[in-house]
Amino acid sequence: MNFRYRSIPLALLAVGALSALFSLGGCAMQPPQAWEKGDLARKEMTMESDPLDQAFTQHVYFSKESASGGYGAGGGGCGCN
Amino acid sequence: MIRSKYCYSALFFLSSTAWLGNAAALGVGDVAPNVALPTATAATTVDLAKLKGKIVYVDFWASWCGPCKQSFPWMNDMHTKHAPRGLEIVAINVDAKMPDAQRFLGTMPAKFTVAFDAKGQTPKLFDVKAMPTSYLIDGDGKVLYVHAGFRDSDRAALETVIENALTQRKK
Repeated sequence: MNFRYRSIPLALLAVGALSALFSLGGCAMQPPQAWEKGDLARKEMTMESDPLDQAFTQHVYFSKESASGGYGAGGGGCGCN
Repeated sequence: MIRSKYCYSALFFLSSTAWLGNAAALGVGDVAPNVALPTATAATTVDLAKLKGKIVYVDFWASWCGPCKQSFPWMNDMHTKHAPRGLEIVAINVDAKMPDAQRFLGTMPAKFTVAFDAKGQTPKLFDVKAMPTSYLIDGDGKVLYVHAGFRDSDRAALETVIENALTQRKK
C-alpha cells in the first residue's frame, strides 16, 4: 500500500522532470551556421537601419560623451578614430 | 524497481539532449567530400568526384555576403586565366532562397560553374566556418588550401597558391 501511495507523486515528478528536460533541449539549439545568416544579414536586422540617423546618433555620442564605435567590426576603443 | 526505471529514462533524455558534436573541420590534406549539386542551368549537375585530375577551387558564397561579391570578379579572372590549364572553379551558393542568388548573378555574371545548395548540406559536410570559404582541391581530391573570407588584398596570395597547384598537377 505504501508503495502504491508513493508511486503516484513519483510518476508526476517524472513527467515534470521529463518536460523540463524537453524544454532544456530548446536551450541546446545550435546558433546559426555561417551559411545560415542570410536573414541576419538583412538591413532590417541591424540595430539602426537608417544610415543618416545612425550617423547623427554617433555624432551626438562622440561630441557629448566622447564615445564612438562599438557598432560594427571596426573602430572604437583606442581613441584614435 | 520503478524508481530505477525513471532514473534510466531521465538519464536517457539527458544524454539525448546533449547534441552531437560537429565533424572536425575539413583541413589541408583531408579528402574533400564528394558532392553532386545542380548548376545554374538546373538540367546539369556538377559532381566533385568527376572532377578528379583537375585542380578544383570550391567556393561557398551567398548573395547577402559582401566579401563574396568582391570575390566574383577575381574568380572570373582566375577562370579566364587558368581554366585552360586545368583549374575548375565551382562556386556553391548557399542562399536559402534561389531568387536571391539569381538576382545576384544577374548583376554579377559568373563565367565559372555555379552550383546551388539551398539546404546547406554541402557547407555542413565541409564544415564551413565563415562566408565565403574556399577550398583548393588537388587532382586526387585532397584539400590543398583553405581560405576563409575574401579581401582584395588576398588576390595575389590566392593566385600564387592556385599557380603552384597547377604546376604540381599530375598530368
